[in-house]
Amino acid sequence: MRTINTDIVVETVRDMCIQANIFLAPDMEERMRKAADEEDGILGKQIMNQLIENMEIAGSDRIPICQDTGMAVFFVNVGQDLHIEGMNLTDAINEGVRQGYTEGFLRKSVVADPLIRENTKDNTPAIIHYDIVPGDKLTITIAPKGFGSENMSRVFMLKPADGEEGVKAAVLQAVKDAGPNACPPMVVGVGLGGDFELAAKLAKKALTRDVNSHSDKEHIARIERELIEMINATGIGPGGLGGKTTALAVNIETYATHIAGMPLAVNMCCHVNRHVTKEI
Amino acid sequence: MDNKRVINVPFNREQLGVLKAGDYVYLTGTLYSARDAAHKRLFDSIIMADNGIMGENATTGEGLSGKELFDKGILPLDITDNIFYYLGPTPAKEGQVIGSAGPTTSSRMDKYTPLLLSKGLIGMIGKGKRSKEVIESIVKNKAVYFAAVGGAGALLSKCIKKSEVIAYDDLGTEAIRRLRVEDFPVIVVIDSEGNNLYETAVEDYNSSKSAR
Repeated sequence: MRTINTDIVVETVRDMCIQANIFLAPDMEERMRKAADEEDGILGKQIMNQLIENMEIAGSDRIPICQDTGMAVFFVNVGQDLHIEGMNLTDAINEGVRQGYTEGFLRKSVVADPLIRENTKDNTPAIIHYDIVPGDKLTITIAPKGFGSENMSRVFMLKPADGEEGVKAAVLQAVKDAGPNACPPMVVGVGLGGDFELAAKLAKKALTRDVNSHSDKEHIARIERELIEMINATGIGPGGLGGKTTALAVNIETYATHIAGMPLAVNMCCHVNRHVTKEI
Repeated sequence: MDNKRVINVPFNREQLGVLKAGDYVYLTGTLYSARDAAHKRLFDSIIMADNGIMGENATTGEGLSGKELFDKGILPLDITDNIFYYLGPTPAKEGQVIGSAGPTTSSRMDKYTPLLLSKGLIGMIGKGKRSKEVIESIVKNKAVYFAAVGGAGALLSKCIKKSEVIAYDDLGTEAIRRLRVEDFPVIVVIDSEGNNLYETAVEDYNSSKSAR
């Protein structure tokens, strides 16, 4: 059995927090540059050019791409043959977040209680989703999530009779409702199937998938392609001020579901769709 | 792109007429940062003071003016003819004026905005749609709503030359800051006549496309 100490987890998480917030992931950068080149809206083009310049300044001056450095959301795959010694793993991840957000001059955007709203001053606690997987590795994905777009996310408890058309209509409606609030061009994460909470988790996980990729399932990949066309035909455009790039990608993740239902979650993300994965 | 159009801020109501929905302008001068928590404090302070004067039934907007609220120490700044930038920056590193400094979503401030406009606030910079009540209040009080580019925090930080916390220090990133800006790029989204670029821009883009 392989053994690791949580010191390495703290260090890795700290570095990932900083990296994710300053450097846009390569898949996102490539997609953004292509969209800027192709944009034909007058204001849309100006906005895309500003966003490209912003991305370059962030990297060269080591400034966060966006001031909303998000809540630190993690997807952690724990190999069942791995032994972790030191701290509790959750405490280690939170310690990494505390160090990363403090030492990296990232914004502390977390309040301890939703109603009392006192800032925790170190951006903890993180939101951590664990999966037990085969093997002896620890794989950590961080997706710092800003709330301008998070607030525009939706869950729809669709009926089986709504079918593919119902799914597309709901996603399109969510995008239209989000409009300029979600900082378009957006990345649209969709979770389809499972139950109420799994659909939402899948939608978030979908945002961490390469934006230049498509689902392995042929019918889902087709819906992804059709949806991106429908969304970009709205003309909402960059900043919501008109243009051909309203969304950079639609990523759909699916799971089995109940005979009576078809849960659908749409997790909106802005163009600062941050995700970094490291394996320990 | 047209020649760069620079507007000095703050400005007075007579100068507002030149700002039309769709104008791309650069602001130079003084802005104040304020977002959710600071808005709530300003709002609650005003309501409490006005209720004290007007009785429990004071309707929003009656009572003290923005200047009186400041002179009596009820508000930490005179909001008259000033502009709020909906901003919560990242912390500045050594040698930096401010960290990443882009706009946050404006609609969360909608609840508080009509009252602040009635007390003299002249402009707001944020991103995203505003409520019907806010748009009506912008027209009634002759004010303006600008959008800065959402998610361009690193770029916009370069236009901020000075930043100083002037109130609500305990709120951290949500404290009120006085900002000295130079050539800060914004787009007029809702002008003092109520024209709304978010409604017209997408239509204009789509009709220009179908005309091609």
